[in-house]
Amino acid sequence: MPDTTQTTLTAAEKTGGDTAALVSKPEQRKPRSLWGDAWFELRHRPMFWVSATLLVLLLLIAAFPGLFTSADPTKGDLTNHFLSKPELTHFFQPDWFGYDGQGRSIYARVIYGTRASILVGVGVTAAVTLVGGLLGLVAGYFGGLIDSIISRMTDMFFGIPFLLGAMVVLNAFTERKVYVVVLALAFLGWTSMARVTRSSVISAKQADYVTAARALGASTTRMLFRHVLPNAIAPTIVVATIALGGYISAEATLSYLGLGLSEPTISWGIDISQGSKAIRDNPHALMFPAGMLTLTVFAFIMLGDAVRDALDPKLR
Amino acid sequence: MRGAKSAKWVAIASVVALGATACGGGGNSGSDDMNKGSADPKGIVTAQLSEPQNPLQPANAKESQGSRVLRTVFSTLVDYEPGTGKLQYINAESVEPNKDSSVWTVKLKKGWKFHDGTPVTAQSYVDSWNWSANVKNNQTNSSWFADIKGYEDVHPEKGDPKSDKMSGLKVVDEHTFTISLTGSVSYFAYKLGYDVWAPLPKSFFKDPKAAGEKPIGNGPYKFVSWDHNKLIKVRKYEDYKGPNAAKNGGIDFKNYTTADAAYSDLRSDNLDWIEQVPTTALTNYKEDLGKRAIDEEYSAVQSIVPAFYTDQFKDIDPKVIQGLSMAIDREQITKTVLHGSRTPADSFVARGVIGHKAGALGDVAKFDPKKAKALIKEGGGVPKNKISIQYNADQDHKPWVDAVCNSIKQSVGVECVGDSKPTFQADLNARDKKQVKSMYRGGWVLDYPVNSNFMRDLYGTKAAGNTSGYSNKEFDELAAKADKAPTLEETVKLYQEAEQLLVKDMPAIPLWFYKVNSGQSTNVYGKIPYGQDGDPIFTDVQVKKK
Amino acid sequence: MGRYAARRLLQMIPIFIGTTLLIFLMVHILPGDPIRAMWGDKAADPAQVAALRHEFGLDQPVWKQYIDYMLNLFQGDFGKTFGGRQVIDVMSEAFPVTLRLTLFAIAIEIVVGIGLGAWAGLKAGKAPDSGVLIFTLLVISIPVFVLGYLARFVLADKLGWVAPNVQDSENWGQLFLPAFVLAMLSMAYVARLTRTTFAENLRADYMRTALAKGLPRRRIVGVHLLRNSLIPVITFIGTDVGAFIGGAVITEGIFNVQGVGNVLFRAIQTSEGTTIVGVVTILVLVILLINLVIDLLYAVLDPRIRYA
Repeated sequence: MPDTTQTTLTAAEKTGGDTAALVSKPEQRKPRSLWGDAWFELRHRPMFWVSATLLVLLLLIAAFPGLFTSADPTKGDLTNHFLSKPELTHFFQPDWFGYDGQGRSIYARVIYGTRASILVGVGVTAAVTLVGGLLGLVAGYFGGLIDSIISRMTDMFFGIPFLLGAMVVLNAFTERKVYVVVLALAFLGWTSMARVTRSSVISAKQADYVTAARALGASTTRMLFRHVLPNAIAPTIVVATIALGGYISAEATLSYLGLGLSEPTISWGIDISQGSKAIRDNPHALMFPAGMLTLTVFAFIMLGDAVRDALDPKLR
Repeated sequence: MRGAKSAKWVAIASVVALGATACGGGGNSGSDDMNKGSADPKGIVTAQLSEPQNPLQPANAKESQGSRVLRTVFSTLVDYEPGTGKLQYINAESVEPNKDSSVWTVKLKKGWKFHDGTPVTAQSYVDSWNWSANVKNNQTNSSWFADIKGYEDVHPEKGDPKSDKMSGLKVVDEHTFTISLTGSVSYFAYKLGYDVWAPLPKSFFKDPKAAGEKPIGNGPYKFVSWDHNKLIKVRKYEDYKGPNAAKNGGIDFKNYTTADAAYSDLRSDNLDWIEQVPTTALTNYKEDLGKRAIDEEYSAVQSIVPAFYTDQFKDIDPKVIQGLSMAIDREQITKTVLHGSRTPADSFVARGVIGHKAGALGDVAKFDPKKAKALIKEGGGVPKNKISIQYNADQDHKPWVDAVCNSIKQSVGVECVGDSKPTFQADLNARDKKQVKSMYRGGWVLDYPVNSNFMRDLYGTKAAGNTSGYSNKEFDELAAKADKAPTLEETVKLYQEAEQLLVKDMPAIPLWFYKVNSGQSTNVYGKIPYGQDGDPIFTDVQVKKK
Repeated sequence: MGRYAARRLLQMIPIFIGTTLLIFLMVHILPGDPIRAMWGDKAADPAQVAALRHEFGLDQPVWKQYIDYMLNLFQGDFGKTFGGRQVIDVMSEAFPVTLRLTLFAIAIEIVVGIGLGAWAGLKAGKAPDSGVLIFTLLVISIPVFVLGYLARFVLADKLGWVAPNVQDSENWGQLFLPAFVLAMLSMAYVARLTRTTFAENLRADYMRTALAKGLPRRRIVGVHLLRNSLIPVITFIGTDVGAFIGGAVITEGIFNVQGVGNVLFRAIQTSEGTTIVGVVTILVLVILLINLVIDLLYAVLDPRIRYA
C-alpha cells in the first residue's frame, strides 16, 4: 500500500505548483475575492454539502458520544460473545451492530471510537500545517541560506517513507495516547506541507501587490502575514484537508500493526484489527468499525476535493 | 496478524521447548481415510517453520523454530516418553548418578556416527559442552551448563574466561565420561534431553559459523540445505543407530509469514503440518479438517503475576490474590474468547509433567464471585481497588487479557485494565527493570518434565525466572531440601508439598494450560504424534504412498 | 545535462547522510533491549547478554555506533543481524521479491490508473467522470489492510479466481493479488491526476491545432494528449516508490510474500537496528536516484525543458 498521506500530499502538491496561475490570475467579471469566489463555487456543489453534513454529524458524535448511545463501550459480557449478530432494525440500541468477541456493543464502540480518530486526524493536520506551513513560509519568503537549510531538512525527512518512519517512532512508546500518535505522525508528515507552502509563497512573493507593499516600506512581519500568507495559503489548506483523511487512515493502519493508539483508548483501528481475526464467522465485528472509518475518511477527502476544485478554477 | 506471526516464537516458543523425539506408538487412531493405503518410508513431510532466529548451533536455539530443526538433526543422550515424561536412553547406554547425585557417569552406545562419518565419542560431548558454555561463543543457552563444576571458569560474570574447559567434565574412555556438579541435583539426567546437550563433530570447531548454516549432527536426519526465509531440508540418515529412526524419507520445513497463509496451504494439501490454526479459523477448523484436526494439550501454563515490588502488592494478604483468582471465569473465557485453545488450569504445574497433581489449586481455581468478594474483603481489599495486567501487543494476548479484566470487574467490582506494551521486548524490559505497575502476564513451557521446573525455576527467591520479586523463605528451604533428596521420587514428592505452600501464598494466578490446535493434510498416514512440548514427533510421522 | 546530473548527485550526499542519521537515531532511541529479548520469558544470563551486546557494538555510545556503521557502509559492509547473517545477504534475498511485486503493482497502476483517468478526462462532466471520481474516492478511503482482507476473501476464498497466498515469489499469477492490493491506492491517485491533466490539456492550443490539421482522433489522444499529460503522472509515480515499500509491509504480511516489507517489519519488532537502517539506506538511495531520473525524463517528454 502506498501510504495515504504521502501520496495525497504529493498528488496535491501539483496544485501547489499551479498557484502562480491561481493566485495571480486577474479577477474576472464581478470583483470577488478568491475566497468569496471559492465559497460561491462550493455552495453549488452537492459533494460539498454531503461531506459537510457527514462531518458535522461526525464531529457531534466525537464531542458528545453519550448522546448517541447509552451503552458502555467497555462493558463486556461473555454471554454475548459474538452471539448476537447485528440487529439492523434495532436503531440506536446496543445490539444494533451486534456484539464483539468480548461481548461488547459494537455500536457503542463505534460511537465512542469516533473521538480518537477525529482527534488524531485534526491534531496531526493542525500540527503539520503549523510547523510545515511556517517553515515553508520562512523558506519561501527569505530564500538564500535559510531556504537551503530548510529545504535540505525537508528532503531528509521526506526520504523516510511515512509509514515506516511512524512505525519506528511509535515502537519507542509504550503508552501511545492520542497526543503521542499525533506528534509521531506530525514529526514525519510536515515535509509535504512545507514544500507546498514554500512553492506557493515563492510565487505569491513575486506578485505586484507584494512588491508594491515592500516599496511602501511595510515591515517584514506585516508583509508575511498580511500580504504573502493570505495569498499563498490556499494550496496548503487544500492539501491539509485531503491529508486529514489520510492521517486517520494511517492511524488505523498503525493500529492494525499494533503500533497505533493503545489501550484503554477506544479506537476504530484497534477494533478493526481485532475484528479482522473474526472475518470468517463474524464479519460484522470488522465491517462496522471499518465502515465508519471509511465513511469518515471519505467525508474528509470529499471535502478536500470540493475545496480544491473551488479554489483552483483551472480544474473545473 | 503480522504481530501474531513474528510473535509466534515467543508464544509457544521464546520459551524453550524440549526435544521430545521419543519413540511413541503413533498412527493407529484417526479415521479410516487417514489410514487408507500404506505408508511410504521414503515420503517427504512438509512442515511449517518460521525463520530460525539464530544459527543452527545446538545451544543457540532459544526459540522453538530453530529448536524444531535442530532436534531432527541432533540426538541427545536421553529423551522423554510422551505422556508419562519418563526417561529413555537415546545415544546413552546409561546415565548413572553417584550416591548424592553430584557426580554422573555417562556411557555411550557404540558404533554411532555423525553424518560426516566421524564417530560419536565421549570427547564429542565434552568438547561440545565446553564450547557451548564458553561466554565468548555467545550461545544463548550457555547458562544451561551452570550446574557443572568449573562453569564460572569458562563463563565468568565479568571479563574473559579463565579456561576453555570445565573441570567437572572428564573423559574416562572413548565411550565413557563423568560429569561433576557443583551440588546434588537428583533430576540432572532429565535435563540432558534438551538440544543444548547434543554432541558436536570435530569439523564444527574449525568453523562454528559455517556449521551453524549447515549443521552436521548425529540425529535421525541429515541436514541438506537452508534457503533462508524459504525452506530448510533435512533427509533421513540411513545409518542412524538410535531407537527413534525416521519413518519417513525427510522433512521440508517451509516458511510462512502468517498462520493464515499456512492454514490455507494445509487445506489445499501443499503443507502437511501447521504449527497453530490461525485465530481466524479457530472456530471452524474442526469442520474444515474433520478428523485431520489436531487438538492436544501440552505442558505449558499461562498465568497473571502480581509484581510484588509495587506498593500495591508489597504487603498484600494472599487472600486477596486468591480472591482475584476466584473472580476469573476460566471455563467461559477458554470456551469463548480463546475458542477452546486452552484448558482451565487447576495447578501450578502443567499436565504431562512428572509430579503434576490435578486440582492442586483446589477451590482457588474455581469461579465463585461470592467467595471471591469475601476473600478480597477479608484480606483488606485490593489497594486502590484497581489493577492492570501488562502484556505485549505483538502477540494475540489482548482478547484474553480483556476478558480476564472484564470477568474480575463484573464479579468483584475491582477496576481492571490491560496495560499493553508494543513488543515483547518492551514488556520484558519493564519486567526486568521492575517497572510493572500492577500485574503482568506470565507464560512457561516446560524445560524438562519434572514439577520442580514449574516451581523452583519460577518462584525461588533467586530463581532466574522470578521477575516478580516474590520471596518465600519456607518455599526456598523446601525446594533446597527437595533438590538434595536422594531419589527423583522423593524430590517430586517434596515439590508437591511445596506446591501446596504456593497455593496458600499465591505467587501467581495460574489461568490455563496451552493446547496445540493444529491439523494435518491428507498426505499424512495416521495421526501425527505429539511430544510433551507441543511439537510433533517428526520421526514418527508417516506419509501415504501415492 | 551531464553537469546538471552531476550537481544533483552531489546534492544527494548531504541528504543521504542526514536521512540515514535520522533513521539511525530513531532506531537507537527505542527502549527495550533486543538482546535480552532473545531469552523470552525465561531468565537471561547477564554475562551472556553483556557479551552479545559487545559483539553487536550496542555497548558503544550512539554517535560512535553511527560513525562505525557509516565507515563500514562505505566499504560495502552492512553489518549483521542478531542471527549472525550478513544484512546484505538478507537484503539481496528480499529486494528482488519486493522489486518484482512493486514493478507488477506499478504496471497495474499505470495501465488501470491512466486508463480510467483518461476515460474520465475525455468524458469530463459526464457519467463516466463521476463514476470514476466516486470509485477513486472510495478506494482512497478504505484502509489498505481492510482492502487486502476483502480482496482475498472475495477474489480468492469466495470466487477462487486467484491464489490467496504467494508460495513462489516468481510466479506472477500468485503475485497478482498482493500487487493488485498494493497498487489500488496509488492507482486511484494516478487516475485522478490523469483525469485532471487530460481535462486541462484538452483545452490547450496544440490540441486545437492538431484538430484543425485534421489528424485522426486516435493520434491526437494517443500521441499529443497522452504525451503532454504524462509529466505530472510520472512525477507522482516516482515519488510514490517510498510509499510502495511502506505499503509492502502490510501487503506482504497478509499475502505471505517474503520481501523487504516482511524483513523490515520483523526487524522493527525485534529492534534489529542494522537491518532497519540497512534497508532504509538502500531505499533512500533508490528514491533519490528515481527522482533524478524523473527530472531527466522531463526533458525527454517535454522539449521545452532543457537542463543546462
